[in-house]
Amino acid sequence: MTATMPEQRFLPRESLQTLFDVLAERGYRTIGPVVLDKAIQYVELSDASALPTGWTDDQQPGHYRLTQVESPRCFAWANGPQAFKPYLNRSREVLWESRRDSEGNLEFVLPTPTDKPLAVIGARACDLAALALQDRHFLDQARDPGYAARRASLFSVAVHCTHPATTCFCVSTGDGPRATSGFDIALSELDDGYLVETSSDTGRALAAALPLQPADDEHNRAAAAEIDAVAQRQCRQLPSDDLRQTLFSRLDHPRWEDVAARCLSCGNCTSVCPTCFCHSERDQVELGGARSQHLREWDSCFSEGHGHLHGFQVRPETRHRYRQWLTHKLDSWHDQYGRSGCVGCGRCITWCPVGIDLTAEAHAICDDAIEPEDSA
Amino acid sequence: MAKPSIAVHKFSSCDGCQLAFLNAGPDLLKLAELVDIRHFLEAGMADEDAKVDIAFVEGSISTRDELTRIQQVRANSRIVVTIGACATAGGLQALRNLDGRHEEWKHAIYAQPDFIQTLDRAEPVAAHIEVDFELWGCPVDAAQLLAAVQQLLFGVSPLDVRDKVCAECKRQQTICVIVADGQPCMGPVTRTGCGALCPRFGRDCYACYGPSENPNTAAMGQALAGLGLPPADIARRFLFINSQAPAFHRAGLAHYRAGFADE
Repeated sequence: MTATMPEQRFLPRESLQTLFDVLAERGYRTIGPVVLDKAIQYVELSDASALPTGWTDDQQPGHYRLTQVESPRCFAWANGPQAFKPYLNRSREVLWESRRDSEGNLEFVLPTPTDKPLAVIGARACDLAALALQDRHFLDQARDPGYAARRASLFSVAVHCTHPATTCFCVSTGDGPRATSGFDIALSELDDGYLVETSSDTGRALAAALPLQPADDEHNRAAAAEIDAVAQRQCRQLPSDDLRQTLFSRLDHPRWEDVAARCLSCGNCTSVCPTCFCHSERDQVELGGARSQHLREWDSCFSEGHGHLHGFQVRPETRHRYRQWLTHKLDSWHDQYGRSGCVGCGRCITWCPVGIDLTAEAHAICDDAIEPEDSA
Repeated sequence: MAKPSIAVHKFSSCDGCQLAFLNAGPDLLKLAELVDIRHFLEAGMADEDAKVDIAFVEGSISTRDELTRIQQVRANSRIVVTIGACATAGGLQALRNLDGRHEEWKHAIYAQPDFIQTLDRAEPVAAHIEVDFELWGCPVDAAQLLAAVQQLLFGVSPLDVRDKVCAECKRQQTICVIVADGQPCMGPVTRTGCGALCPRFGRDCYACYGPSENPNTAAMGQALAGLGLPPADIARRFLFINSQAPAFHRAGLAHYRAGFADE
């Protein structure tokens, strides 16, 4: 239970549309969750009735199904394969374009950003924690102009998670289920409406335009109890939130071979991971060579290109690639960004076509090095 | 400096890969300005024996006359590029290689089997001559084909993209049809190049682009079995279009038994 509960006000369910309307009035392009192609996906939407009302999910390793239940709630599910990462860290983006005129002179042109400010409705604690890590990479390490422009105008409406999937483990990484930072407005969903809290000036200004009512004690108690109950329902956890040196001292562990026999090295885990940022670049040349676009595309440590250095391949086999993913994500991220790269969203477990469980692999490799908590 | 010359040769195939050129629209007109197209029957140019800089070859080697003709293509061409599954990995017609019943099938299918002058095996072009670059797919993708042409005109080797279809699915925000729908998708072992065409329309990839790099066909086979496919269907998933690609050949035969077709 949070020691100082932020001040919360109540938005009746029938007034949820005003949130969309107020965002639109302020010039935002709003994205939020809908059911599309058998999954919860974040798309542009302006109408609260498009939200996935009554939908809930069943997630297991390598398995995702949506079902409809009798419920007025719009956020009674754990995340689908992506939330808002693709809107900021685009899967394919033109970095620059070059043009050659008839005299052979080259001109280099930067793309002109034309995006409206982006608002996301339904951001979860895990994804906001991941957003902070994407910021570390694309803003702090080497400022990326496209990302920076989109990020600067992002308005986020968080929804505290009350429906973890069996694959979720945000409690163990310390990143959820309650969103504690990175949002402008946060909602707690109840049957009859939403408790609304704000954490930025933009959020407060926007909330002032909503038809909010005072929240009663019953609402506050019920919302807090639902979020707290999530901790009891998560059954997975990492061996520790700090596996620094633990993984790197086990580069020859037999488990790397074991997991490589099961792993398809398809890269689905890294593509759905909200913190993964690896990409490759290539040129798309128009026939004739007068115009060329320099593209950045999502890549993965499971691809051959990722391990290709000039003249040789440093990660020829799957065991090298899986080891790269795990040692980077859970170990060397600490040195690079001051924390583990895992926010416990569990997407890599659900969306692995063969259901490989990152927490199980980490336990198999690290458990002998970690003191059980009760003997500490 | 003379324009580079090209030829498009057809062997045993359906002509679908040549259509990738013809369907290129305005780019085809631009291509005609950039290169001298010496031989391309489907587009109306006929000079089979022309010496060219780049020869594109569609189709597998499947008849006696093709055995000599492909040698002629090699001798006449500075660079040979195979286009599509037939030329690169045998194609559908190479299914006849699997159980040695070529004569029997010919008599079961054709009213006048004596007219059919086929060899008992259909083979990829690279089984007969040295090939400089291979483009996969049934059919090849026009954008990929034209990108390869442009890179060859620049004098560099075309970029060989061997990533899995999954990588492209995720870039396109396509929902995984294995995980969310239980379909026996071959994306995790199949090379990209098609733009994840089938999964984008909600259906499973059937591996028409052939094996990706580092394909874990054993784990893929197990995953297909876990999705409920019997061994005959698992064998068909691997052998359907690219049965002569070594990784798929081995994986398919691990589940294949002669006589499946009769069951």
